[in-house]
Order: sequence, then structure tokens, then C-alpha cells
Amino acid sequence: MSEDPRAPLDIRIDTPGREGLAGTTPASVYSPVRDDEQVTIAPDWRPMDEQPAWRTDFPIDWPQDHYVERRDFVKFMVLTSLAFTVGQFWIAVQNWFRRRRGEPEIRKIASLSTVPVGSAMMFSYPGEHDSCVLVRPMDRVLFAYGQKCTHLSCAVRPRVEEGVLQCPCHEGSFDLFSGRPIAGPPRRPLPLVRLQVRGDEIFAAGVEERTV
Amino acid sequence: MSIHRPFTRDQRTTIVYGMLAFVLMLVVLQLWLLTATMNAYLGGDQSVIWPASAVSLTCLLLNVGLLRYLYHIDRTRR
Repeated sequence: MSEDPRAPLDIRIDTPGREGLAGTTPASVYSPVRDDEQVTIAPDWRPMDEQPAWRTDFPIDWPQDHYVERRDFVKFMVLTSLAFTVGQFWIAVQNWFRRRRGEPEIRKIASLSTVPVGSAMMFSYPGEHDSCVLVRPMDRVLFAYGQKCTHLSCAVRPRVEEGVLQCPCHEGSFDLFSGRPIAGPPRRPLPLVRLQVRGDEIFAAGVEERTV
Repeated sequence: MSIHRPFTRDQRTTIVYGMLAFVLMLVVLQLWLLTATMNAYLGGDQSVIWPASAVSLTCLLLNVGLLRYLYHIDRTRR
């Protein structure tokens, strides 16, 4: 061979120096480049000539497999970390929107004559889908709470004679006089609706979310 | 004079294990932050939201830094 090594390679298929690109060369010629360390090690660490035939035919490099698994798990965890951060900022944005809405307006919800002592009634405040419950356990005592259970948002039912608001979904109970959880899975009190009584009329004057 | 030698595969596996332990701790911390912040937000407490967001972002940056190092040692392997 006296060809000039600096001569440009003929890029046409099956020209000298490029045999096999049309499928005429054994596949072994194109064996993949292997890392020095990528030796096949069986999971029981015995040499390959002591391993069953199937393992010789389908070798798996277990140390490499472990390395790749952990590396990919780290990548997945970083993705999870990103998701948590996005969630955190989503809460911050939601809080910003909530602050922009401001305090709800004062609105008449009932008359004293329509809520007899020992009874309860439902109303919506501040939005039409924000259901609340007004209870009158004693003559001059009125309480109003958001009706969504603080566990999983089921509607709580007032049991005035027992002094509780009960959630039927998971048997959660709230104290009727404070709205604080006393049994079951809920951990936060029910939102307290501030009330004003003017003569015979009852007004809702804001909602107080509480952590304890 | 320092000599730069790429890590062997065993060394890289050990590094990845250590990195994974650290990343997992940070992610668990972020999960706790998220649940605590959500609880505070639903309870009307706004004071923790931005500090918790800043801590969560710091954890993410630490994790991304570790991931970059992982890519780096993968690129420079022997």
C-alpha cells in the first residue's frame, strides 16, 4: 500500500477504507469501545468460568449497573427537589393573590328569629361556594365556622346538643364553642367567621383562618 | 505540584452514594418545609411562606450543584 495517508478519504459507500458500511463486514469489527473497568462481575462475585452458561451468554456488569442506578436516582431526586421548590413558590403566589383580595365585605346572613336556641343553619360566605355553619347553642351565644373539615374538606355537621361539629368522612370532631379539633384526623381548627349582631340581624364580618 | 487523576469506578460509586445520602436529606427537608408551609398557609399564617421558599430554593441550588459535580466526574472518568 503506497497510498498517501494525507489524501482525502473517498466518502462513497464501500470504497477502500470504508468497507462494511453496506453490510459486508462482520459485526465484530464494530465492537463498542469499552471502559477498562467495565468488566463483567457476577452478583455472587465468582469468576465467569464458574458461572452458568446463561450468565455467560447474557453478562451484566453489576458494579456498573449499581453505579448507573444510584446516579440516575440522584438525578431523579434533584428533579423532585425542583418540584418541591416550585410547590413552595406556588404557595407564595397563592398567598399573594389572597392578600390582594383583601377582607370580604360585611354581609347580613340571618335574623335571630330564624335561628332558634339549640339549632344551626347553613349559609355561604364570603363566596357563594364557601359554605359555613351558624350555631346558636345558648340564647345570647352565636358561633359561625367554615363548613369544610380541615382534614380533607368534607362538610362538617353541627351536633349542638353534643357540643361538637362532626365530620362524617373520617370521624373528625371539632369543639362547637371554639372550632378546635378534639378527635380524629383534623389538626387545624375550622375557620372562624366573625359575627356582628345588630338588633335582630346577624352579619358576617370576615373569616379568620387559624393554625391552632 | 498537584496531579489530577480521574476517579476509578469504585471511587465514583462511593461518591454517588455519599451524594445520594446528602440529596435525600435535603429533599426530605424540602418535603417537610412544603407540608409545614402548606399547613401555615391554610391556617392563615403568612409569616413563614417567604423564608421557607428561600430555604427550599437554597436546598435546590445545593442539589443542582451536586448534580453538576456528578456530571463533571462522569465526564472526566478514565
